[in-house]
Amino acid sequence: MTQTDHHEMGFWAKYIFSTDHKMIAKQYMFTGLAMALIGGFFSYCFRMQLAFPGMSVPGYGMVSAGEYNALVTNHGTIMIFWVAMPVLLAAFGNFLIPLMVGCDDMVFPRINRLSFQIFFLSTIVLLAAFFVPGGAFGGAWTAYPPLSAKAAYSLTPIGSTMWLLAVALEFVAFLLGGINFITTAMNARAPGMKAFDVPLVIWMIVMASIIFMLSVGPLIAGAIMLLFDQVLGTGFYDPVRGGDPVLWQHMFWFFGHPEVYVVLLPALGITADVMSVFARKKPFGLRLIVYSAMGIGVLSFVVWAHHQFISGIDPRMANIFTITTLLISVPVAEMIFLFMATLYRGSITLATPMLWALAFVAEFMIGGVTGIFLGDNAADIYFHDSYFVLAHFHYTFFPIAIIAVFAGLTFWYPKMFGRMLNETLGKIHFWGTVIPFNFIFIPLFVLGIGGQHRRIYNYQHFTDLSSSSFQDMRVFATIAMLVLLAFQVVFIYNFFSSMKKGLPAGKNPWRSNTLEWTTESPPPHGNFAGAFPTVYRGPYEYSVPDRESDFWPQDEPD
Amino acid sequence: MIESLIPAVSSYAREIDHLITEVAIIVGVWLVAAEALFFYFIIKYRAREGHRADYISGDEPRMRRWLVGPVLLVLVCDLFLIVGALKTWSHIKIDLPPADVVVKVIAQQWAWTFILPGADGKLDTADDIVTVDELHVEVGKTYHFQLESRDVVHCFSVPVFRLKQDAIPGRTITGWFRAISTGTYDIQCAEICGIGHGVMAARIVIDSAPQHAAWINGSSIRNMPTAMLQAGQ
Repeated sequence: MTQTDHHEMGFWAKYIFSTDHKMIAKQYMFTGLAMALIGGFFSYCFRMQLAFPGMSVPGYGMVSAGEYNALVTNHGTIMIFWVAMPVLLAAFGNFLIPLMVGCDDMVFPRINRLSFQIFFLSTIVLLAAFFVPGGAFGGAWTAYPPLSAKAAYSLTPIGSTMWLLAVALEFVAFLLGGINFITTAMNARAPGMKAFDVPLVIWMIVMASIIFMLSVGPLIAGAIMLLFDQVLGTGFYDPVRGGDPVLWQHMFWFFGHPEVYVVLLPALGITADVMSVFARKKPFGLRLIVYSAMGIGVLSFVVWAHHQFISGIDPRMANIFTITTLLISVPVAEMIFLFMATLYRGSITLATPMLWALAFVAEFMIGGVTGIFLGDNAADIYFHDSYFVLAHFHYTFFPIAIIAVFAGLTFWYPKMFGRMLNETLGKIHFWGTVIPFNFIFIPLFVLGIGGQHRRIYNYQHFTDLSSSSFQDMRVFATIAMLVLLAFQVVFIYNFFSSMKKGLPAGKNPWRSNTLEWTTESPPPHGNFAGAFPTVYRGPYEYSVPDRESDFWPQDEPD
Repeated sequence: MIESLIPAVSSYAREIDHLITEVAIIVGVWLVAAEALFFYFIIKYRAREGHRADYISGDEPRMRRWLVGPVLLVLVCDLFLIVGALKTWSHIKIDLPPADVVVKVIAQQWAWTFILPGADGKLDTADDIVTVDELHVEVGKTYHFQLESRDVVHCFSVPVFRLKQDAIPGRTITGWFRAISTGTYDIQCAEICGIGHGVMAARIVIDSAPQHAAWINGSSIRNMPTAMLQAGQ
């Protein structure tokens, strides 16, 4: 490494108890990526069980009905709360905010450290649940009571409570992190940096943090009531004692739907920034992108009951939520149009980060339009809790939590580690991920249309679903998943070998404008070696006419 | 589109299928157009030696016009879709047609209990017929079901009917269906309900009027007095 720290720190101070935002970002990143491997392993176990029911899964063993439920439950929980959130929000937020706004660290570095420590604790609690009597919680990531509230129903007396505690701790970590993201972006910007001089990825991470903070309150209240139901025997969700199980669903989804946008917005921000650099062009309608995101953020608070159309809510209320849900397609469509228009008359280089960014847009469109079927309450009568839903949200979450994450990782890797990733391996990994992804989930759309419902460990119990053509599709999807998982080895190899063997990146390998590229790669402790940048223009002044260079760094005086 | 994978056996199944097809056409056109344009841009505007990107901020009025049109068109499509959704939804979930027969559907971990009126056509009488994991109905009759759960949230799902309704403990939720052809099909529990969720399957047997009458008047082994069932709770 070329890093020349002006003061040497011991191993513990540098790697474990660091308050440096870049180290905390890496801690979040490596924890998140390790959890992605665990979440991926879970999906391997249950997809193998679906394709070859009753077979002993290599590397796992027999998957019982209870274990199947625990695997799908924790796959969902992990991929959203322990992969998408820590990598997209916490890792990129921590790494990028101080560097991109031009300051030395987060405003509250110790709160930042505490945030990761609590997050790490939550990870241990979540995974430890697999080793307690009764095993891990298996009542789906939505944890509907009474199933989640009573051990007699769930048969996971300890696992249910550990799951709930782990999620609660994770929320605490992200509330603490969010405080830092918002304050740092608002108060620690470089001299001259106005609101629209802030890069989109920072805008999006800050907006996501605000949405998270506004939506998580009701869920925390709900979770405490659920915890009381579990351990104290209260009856908040028990109808016999005057409680109501549907109350949880409202509080869960009041958070749960905005949560989709909490992870979507940073993904959009990464994509916008990467596309701008590799199209050598300003994002089309920069302000409109921000306003669309705000529109999405506001609307996301009034659509939650589209998850509950058939849950016994007043059917007239379902009509209202259909209207709000379908209307959210307007700002989302606008955002996609703006992203497409960014390419118009650009000068596009298909480097690996750009491939990921373009794949995000192309795949997310499929996720977006299939959501219309589910926002339509009448069509949802049929599709609710079917594999159509599953395929739909994987077409949103896979682009968010995997494709956009790879766009960001491959783009900022040179800044994080000072060396370039191997482009050939990067492209092999890209195609080896994106192609199998479609082959996994297109058959699952078809199965959903054919009436296959979710969270079933063996479809042979359902006569109409046990046909050989349906089983063939399950096997096909599972094989595609095995291929996808196998190609991740390429990434892991590339990631670690390039740290030592990659070409030196230099300060600004992508000829980018934003402030993180004006300092060393990797940036020294304190980020800008004492000389903090001053900002003279927006982050996207590419291909400005009558200039020799096709980029114009934000800190370069006129 | 859907019927090639699964038959449509209730009076409203084709209405839902039709609606889904309508959505599929509208969003399909958008998706294909958007993806085509997107890939066209990627290919057309590839970097060339000695050629620069145009400096376009997107704030130019000429550029804005390109955006406003499609966004308004999305809004129009949304309104069209909302009207279709609300109409079909109201027909299926709000305006229940009068019932010919009322049945009780009781979900519990992990079985379905169905209580049908006996020969007298009335529920809660001595000749009620109680079945487990098998629901017998007559084709062409309008059924109201009263859905209950004894423990956790379940979901009464009959895919060939395009019917789904959660069962909530503490509530009785009424819905309806009318079968339009005979046959035997799956009933699913579509909401995760514990370790037995994967085996919570039942069958619906749709018979013609004479067959159904013969079944109702058939073996008394199936006839379990309601009092006995309640004692068993």
